[in-house]
Amino acid sequence: MTNFKRAALAATVSVLAMAGSVSADTVKFAFIDPLSGPMGSSGDAGFTSFKLAAEHINANGGVNGDEIEVVGYDNKVSPKESLVQLQKAIDSGARFILQGNGSSVAAAIIDAVNKHNARNPGEEVVYFNYAAVTPAFTNEACSFWHFRFDAHADMKMNAITDWIKGRDDINKVYLIGQDYVFGEAVAAAALEQLGEKRSDIEIVGNELHPLAKVKDFTPYIQKIISSGADAVITGNWGSDMTLLVKAAADSGLKIPFLTFYGGSLGAVAALGEGSVDTLYQVTEGITNLDASDEQYALIEEYKDRFPDYDYYYHRAFVTMNMFDMAAEKAGSNDPIAVAKALEGLTYDGAYGTVTMRAEDHQAQQPLFISTVSKDVKYGVDNTDLGWKLVDGGEIPASAAEAPTTCKMERPE
Amino acid sequence: METIVFSLLNGVIYGLLLFMLSSGLTLIFSMMGVLNFAHASFYMLGAYFAYTVMGATNYWVALILAPIIVGVVGMGVERWGLRRVHANGHVAELLFTFGLAYLIDEIVKIVWGRTSVNYQVPDALNFPLFTIYGAQYSAYRIFILFVAIFMLCALWYLLKKTRAGLIIQAALTHPHMVGHLGHNVPAIFMGVFGAGCALAGLAGVIGGNYFITDPAMAVQMGPIVFVVVVVGGLGSLEGAFIAAMLIGLLQTFAISINASFADIFGFLGLSPTSEFGSITIASMAPMLPFLLLVLILIVRPTGLMGDREV
Repeated sequence: MTNFKRAALAATVSVLAMAGSVSADTVKFAFIDPLSGPMGSSGDAGFTSFKLAAEHINANGGVNGDEIEVVGYDNKVSPKESLVQLQKAIDSGARFILQGNGSSVAAAIIDAVNKHNARNPGEEVVYFNYAAVTPAFTNEACSFWHFRFDAHADMKMNAITDWIKGRDDINKVYLIGQDYVFGEAVAAAALEQLGEKRSDIEIVGNELHPLAKVKDFTPYIQKIISSGADAVITGNWGSDMTLLVKAAADSGLKIPFLTFYGGSLGAVAALGEGSVDTLYQVTEGITNLDASDEQYALIEEYKDRFPDYDYYYHRAFVTMNMFDMAAEKAGSNDPIAVAKALEGLTYDGAYGTVTMRAEDHQAQQPLFISTVSKDVKYGVDNTDLGWKLVDGGEIPASAAEAPTTCKMERPE
Repeated sequence: METIVFSLLNGVIYGLLLFMLSSGLTLIFSMMGVLNFAHASFYMLGAYFAYTVMGATNYWVALILAPIIVGVVGMGVERWGLRRVHANGHVAELLFTFGLAYLIDEIVKIVWGRTSVNYQVPDALNFPLFTIYGAQYSAYRIFILFVAIFMLCALWYLLKKTRAGLIIQAALTHPHMVGHLGHNVPAIFMGVFGAGCALAGLAGVIGGNYFITDPAMAVQMGPIVFVVVVVGGLGSLEGAFIAAMLIGLLQTFAISINASFADIFGFLGLSPTSEFGSITIASMAPMLPFLLLVLILIVRPTGLMGDREV
């Protein structure tokens, strides 16, 4: 019922906004991600973060005097559907695209944006990727029109393998991931980096399962148990993450799960106290780090407004604030001007400095490894359990940085 | 050995859940002569009703009440929807159920939201029952097993051993004769449709928290239920049971097999690094039921136990 009300409210607000926006222009952002289905909660949590970030910017005078409007388009995590939605968004005047869930989708959008911009000079669109972390997008497949605000899989894996390096009790590792380009990238990065850093570690399993189709992970968990693994590395997200750890908890598997997206909605709730010191995640920030009062206020405002979710997509706020900075610096909301101003831009975020590397458009930022604890300021999933930094879990931007092979073609 | 034990346990539970869903579908097929495309939507409704009822009372009330509500909704659909459409023939009925599936999907999204709801296993069953080979086995899984077996026995007894079952069976094959004997055939059909939907609802109640309760659960479960019914033979309960168990076991066993095509066909010179050779049996698990469907239709178009052509 809440979603229905929210949708009705959003519709009313947007009608009012349209009526009132005759004098000031709006900068349209199209948010293309799953807003329904098994991955819907991931998309909606991102969508609400972007909307709140936009509201804050609008309340502070907007971008060069213009208001930001974020419109959601449901792509059902399908690359094909995303292209339809992308065209709809461009037709309705959106010049900035936000997307994150699913590298298969991101690849399709990068390709479509490249083609659109080549064919329609003067009507360019820019794509801000906030979560699709296949390394190729800022390496061999890099594009001037694509900016990534999340650390990519190799960078996150760097953080995880650095942590494993110091854990002598981990000798057997099981890799499990989703069967598409991202899952493959995670497995490849894990194999390569573990080989370099801890060649004594045995990889006892390397498994890919269908994306968003598995209902019951118990058979996979039983394979992990019989393999005798000491730790599991997974890049799973959305319901695949929640169901995986739920099955692990049901089977009594208590070994570290080193994840990219353990913070996915419901994972901690599914595990309960069993998640303490078993569920680990690597992110660009967690709510329980020391931060300014302003940041605490933002976290509380988000929870207050969207009680179904927790403040998780910190990078959504970073994305919008960096866009604001770049547009103000360029003195224009034109996509090309903003894109050029974003290159090399440095932003002092709540959890450290974020720099948009000019050569490949990959944001460089500190990463944090955290695990679940009871002794925290902010819980998640409406429990008193929350994410807490592990010892030595702070990885500075310089250590997380990965080299790039990007050779970017820039417009004149 | 442990792989076999685990796969057997999980496969049987999954198979029984599938049977619970497909038994209603196959009953309704015997009656209407067409597949009910909205059947998986009743499964979803069962899970959502249980979630709501559980929020107001507790799980045990939900377990009884939710399937009854779904059954009543099903009877309403038959009484005021299908019965009228029936006059226009099978195609109209088929299209009606097709539209109904979408309608229920959208209603669920409006009422309960587009994302998953937090429908949890009750605390009384949320504990590890026993440990085998180092893995704990949750009590809820065994509970599902017992509910499914209880339902199976009750259904069999009702249809084969009672007078009501006799009349239902007669009405399914010779509706006019049964009508002439003074039985109210439309009421029997309404009851059978409602019972079929209630069975799907029951599967939803116990499957919704075992898996996940979201608006996509009907779409995801739909195809596999049709596979069960077609493989088993349209209208055959015994066939649906065999097919459901077969598919449940096939899928769980496949996941536990790590071998790739190269391991099996290596003697033919298939290299493990080639596109085809690197495919593992485990990654093919979701495809296997559909492969079975295609094979069965080629070899035995009536299904395993059916007597009608599809």
